[in-house]
Amino acid sequence: MQVDRRAVQNFDWLMLGLVLAISLIGVLTIYSATRPGVEGQPHPVFFIKQLIWIMLGLICLFIVVRLDYQWFARLSVVFYAAGLLLLVFVLVKGRVGMGAQRWVSIGGFSFQPSELFRVAFVIMLSAYLSRMKPPISFMAFFRMLPLLALLPLLLLVKQPDLGTASMAAGIFLLACAARKMEKKLLIGIALFGLISVPFFWDLIWHDFLHDYQRNRIIAFMDTDIDPAGIGYHISQSKVAIGSGMVFGKGFMHGTQGPFRFLPEKHTDFVFSVFAEEWGLLGSLFLIALYMLFFYRALDTARQAKDEFGCFLALTITFMFAIYFFFNIGMTMGMMPVVGIPMPFMSYGGTAVLANYIAAGLLINVRLRRFELFY
Amino acid sequence: MNYFDRQNIKLIMAVMAVFFFIVTARLWQLQVLRGKEFRRIAEDNRLRITDILAPRGIIYDRNGMPLVRNSPNFCVSVLPDMKKEAHAGSISGLLNMPVEEITRLLNEKKGSLEPVKLKERLSFEEVARIEARLSEFPELTIDVEIARDYIYADLAAHLIGYIGKLAPAQAADPAFDDVPRTGYTGQWGLEKFFDKDLRGVPGQRLIEVDALGRELRIVGEIPPGKGGDLTLALDLNLQMAAEEEFGDRAGAVVAMNPKTGELLGLMSRPSFDPNLFVPAIKPADWRALALDPRHPMLNRAFQSQYPPGSTFKIITAIAALEEGVVSPENTVTCRGGFGLGSHVFGCWRHEGHGPTAIYKALVESCDVYFYTYGLRTGMDGIARYARALGFDTKAGIGLGSEKKGLIPDAAWKMRARKDKWYPGETVVASIGQGYVAVTPLQMARLMGVIGTGGKFIPSVSFLKYTGGRVRGEPVPIALKESTIKLVQDALAGVVRDDRGTAHWSAHSQLVSISGKTGTAQVTSSLQGPDHAWFVAYAPSEDPEVALAVLVENGGHGASAAAPVAKKAIEAYVKAKQERERIKYAGGQESSPKL
Repeated sequence: MQVDRRAVQNFDWLMLGLVLAISLIGVLTIYSATRPGVEGQPHPVFFIKQLIWIMLGLICLFIVVRLDYQWFARLSVVFYAAGLLLLVFVLVKGRVGMGAQRWVSIGGFSFQPSELFRVAFVIMLSAYLSRMKPPISFMAFFRMLPLLALLPLLLLVKQPDLGTASMAAGIFLLACAARKMEKKLLIGIALFGLISVPFFWDLIWHDFLHDYQRNRIIAFMDTDIDPAGIGYHISQSKVAIGSGMVFGKGFMHGTQGPFRFLPEKHTDFVFSVFAEEWGLLGSLFLIALYMLFFYRALDTARQAKDEFGCFLALTITFMFAIYFFFNIGMTMGMMPVVGIPMPFMSYGGTAVLANYIAAGLLINVRLRRFELFY
Repeated sequence: MNYFDRQNIKLIMAVMAVFFFIVTARLWQLQVLRGKEFRRIAEDNRLRITDILAPRGIIYDRNGMPLVRNSPNFCVSVLPDMKKEAHAGSISGLLNMPVEEITRLLNEKKGSLEPVKLKERLSFEEVARIEARLSEFPELTIDVEIARDYIYADLAAHLIGYIGKLAPAQAADPAFDDVPRTGYTGQWGLEKFFDKDLRGVPGQRLIEVDALGRELRIVGEIPPGKGGDLTLALDLNLQMAAEEEFGDRAGAVVAMNPKTGELLGLMSRPSFDPNLFVPAIKPADWRALALDPRHPMLNRAFQSQYPPGSTFKIITAIAALEEGVVSPENTVTCRGGFGLGSHVFGCWRHEGHGPTAIYKALVESCDVYFYTYGLRTGMDGIARYARALGFDTKAGIGLGSEKKGLIPDAAWKMRARKDKWYPGETVVASIGQGYVAVTPLQMARLMGVIGTGGKFIPSVSFLKYTGGRVRGEPVPIALKESTIKLVQDALAGVVRDDRGTAHWSAHSQLVSISGKTGTAQVTSSLQGPDHAWFVAYAPSEDPEVALAVLVENGGHGASAAAPVAKKAIEAYVKAKQERERIKYAGGQESSPKL
């Protein structure tokens, strides 16, 4: 395989470095979070699995970088259709775990189609919006709404994967906003939101949400209702983060995670474990890495050579930003608990693959930012 | 064909910067402003202080023989995080327990972070059997606790008592603050009386636990302080001999050292097994004890009072002699009866004792003699001496409620019965019948006074005398020496002389015993055979043991009670001689506390 010298020169090593740094911090935190409470017991292999997934993710990343991203624009419909099919497939054949039908097993591996779907989703969205002439009119909005928003949302809610569903809705609206909407449409959406909430509230609250989802929202509203019960996740996560204080308890010295006070310690609450062990200083360092990542991603969008590249980088940034802020907000008790992983840090194979593919797309767009290239 | 104004990206960056600022501010709030608070909560989360029970003191008899010791209590429990896995059906087979009981125990502690104890006091065989199959039952664990072992079971059970878990009232009492809620405290007898000494100081263990309450690691430990051992005044040889000879009858034996006030033995029968109370008495066992018509929990040594019968003649004799109503030479001719008005009071010996002076009256227990001089002394006189000798009052022994007995007189009768005192009542009181009631403890104390020539033991000392002032410190009682000598001689005669009432049943080759028999008629609503008494001290010349034996409905004092006293005294003397022989033989200095 011949590697172009310009490709090496223009390759966004900083982006890759940031992704790898955050990933390795994640692996270390997973290692510490899952260590057995009693000495002598075997250490669960989550961290090794995560390393393997990161390796696979890197391979995917390089494959994605090698292809011209225009290729993804051309095939966006195919990817999107495949993604939707996966969502249908998981509803039909999926495995039920933790009250939701989210996983499918293929040859011993189980993965979450919704994680892969969100990559296909942002590609599709970027391809569609980049070809559209702004501002988006009422008609145009309602033309794209059923296929690009309602259908996937319905499929996701059906699993139910409320996290991914609300993230997808958020990405959709942000991307539309970036494309610019007619004033009428903007006001219309705002009014619809205001009116529909009380109108659909009853329906959503009683028929759509599961008990545990209702409880999470109640717990978010008032964590003092029952610290040992439904508000438990949030209060234990706050305790973990707060108890880290300025300097942290030190690597492998956190107690909230490995001693099981904190649930989902290596997945959704991995940041809490990190903040407990590394304190304010470590957390600020980690946040700085993410800031740099987002800055680089937005800069990629700014410098993209065409509208699709720009939108692709933008929607991917939106996706990561929504995940990051919702997750960190959730661990600090500022958001309801909606099962969203921390990008690159949380344990989870499909999520790692999806995130690396998305990061590959960002690098790809930046690599091909010059008209002359290739 | 770029529709998108790239300058908008700066706006997006600005919005994100605001979000980052909010996140950082929140982080500052949690980790800096409230950091200490959360650190404390996290520590409270992971650290748990548990009590380490202190081993209780061991209780020895006066010769260093252990009476009560600590023993391991093997228990099998279900781990707190494995309650869901516990399958009552299969555990029931392993532990030989009904499924319903296991299910009940598991449900009782649902949601608690403590292990559920399924079975205690496992035998070694059971432990071995369960241990071997523990891999099939990962939810089970075998723990060792400290339990109490009452080595001789029901021997001296009323004295030694038992321990138990804190009662709700005790748990609220600051006096029990240093007793862990899981621990034991003395609930009865000496275990209760000396609880503060025996208790020890519980240790503490700082344990790291996880959210399920599983112990991960011991962080720190303050070892417990063992409770103080007790060396009782009790003589195991004497106690065993008394209990053995007493058998299954109901009654009491009280033995004490008349010089030091040491309690050498205390027996009440029927008895109970204190081991039943540890770790907790089963409701069925408790019901059986409480509802037993023979009242095994009643301490007959001082919680029950009896007519003293002829043993009371000692007091009548002292009163008559001290008051100068009679001299040693005065005789009464006993023809088997004593007339007062129209009523004739019979002597137990229907053919009569013939001419009887005070010595013979005591040795052969002539009723007519004491009718005569009792009447002449008068009830007030007899009562005065009886009370001076510790009757009609509680000894304040400190082991639960105590009966004070009753010495009747005119004032008492007016108060209690609203009636005047009749001379006939003095006649029956002179021989320890009628209203007179005493406890075996009071009778043993009386024998101490006689044996020591006037030293009265107000209470008893439970612990071995090691010098200094003790609870049972004797106080002198002013009696004429002639009186003492005469009574002492007569009581020796009861056993020594061929015609003495206890000669055939209490005379010992080993030691000189002085005593007095009593056969007390049961006049209360509970009609039945007479109560048998024998009160004694030995050796006659220099007494070390003063004792009282009472056999409820036992019949004759000489045949029913005296052999018990003899066996008990002989056991005490024999053991003492044995110890001295070893001591003088030399080379045995290391033998336990001689």
